[in-house]
Amino acid sequence: MLNPDLVGRTFAGATSTTITAESIAAFALALGEPETHLAPPTFAITISLEQSQSVLVESGLDWSRVVHGDQRFSIYKQLVAGMQIQCDSTIESARVMAGNEIITVRSDLIESGETAVSSWSTLVFRA
Amino acid sequence: MSIFKVGELLPSKTYIVNRASLVTYANASGDQNPIHQDEAFAKSVGLENVIAHGMYTMGLVGQYVSSMAGSSSKVREFSARFTKPVVVPAGVNVELVVSATVVELTDEVARLEITATCNQVKVLGMAKAVILL
Repeated sequence: MLNPDLVGRTFAGATSTTITAESIAAFALALGEPETHLAPPTFAITISLEQSQSVLVESGLDWSRVVHGDQRFSIYKQLVAGMQIQCDSTIESARVMAGNEIITVRSDLIESGETAVSSWSTLVFRA
Repeated sequence: MSIFKVGELLPSKTYIVNRASLVTYANASGDQNPIHQDEAFAKSVGLENVIAHGMYTMGLVGQYVSSMAGSSSKVREFSARFTKPVVVPAGVNVELVVSATVVELTDEVARLEITATCNQVKVLGMAKAVILL
């Protein structure tokens, strides 16, 4: 069970990630996207989910029980190669349904002090 | 003037999902969970077979949205619920069929409601996007 005191808390990413042209191109090609120099709309997940995972695992949740429930992105700025991204994750909500723990984490990908993309992942930890 | 009309059903696109494409997505995304690649493992945890990453399905739908918008740089909001897994048996090309309806237009943006199906079954719920015009 997640400690309810953690709901609302923001965990700042310990390190920043530099987006590479290769990582964007590989992701775009995997999705059949012809614009291989622009991060596709779901590219932020490659940064946000790892941060969410480390926050929730450190909070005592079992990542092997996780199922992705839903996902939302708000894209304020196009991600491109060379951007240095700091990712902060906030546990927005946690509830229990039929023994499953349903946790929504918002991850903000911050570039030069401004949020470029916010990514909300609702993760279901199966009982 | 927008090229879209409210209520317009946009042309559908079909994406092929197979075991090889799951490996490509796993490598590109870093998500190497064996339920997306290893049939024996997937079955050992109670799945019918290997399933696609939810984010791969959503990523392909994102490609659809980008193509309708004219560029991935025009996508401002994108959301979906993972309602049914996309099951990917060995040696099968699974067809993911994506379409969308324009539900709202402003001077700047169009709101789309998206349908994504495999074998006539909806695999995403509440799939929506906002694109710049």
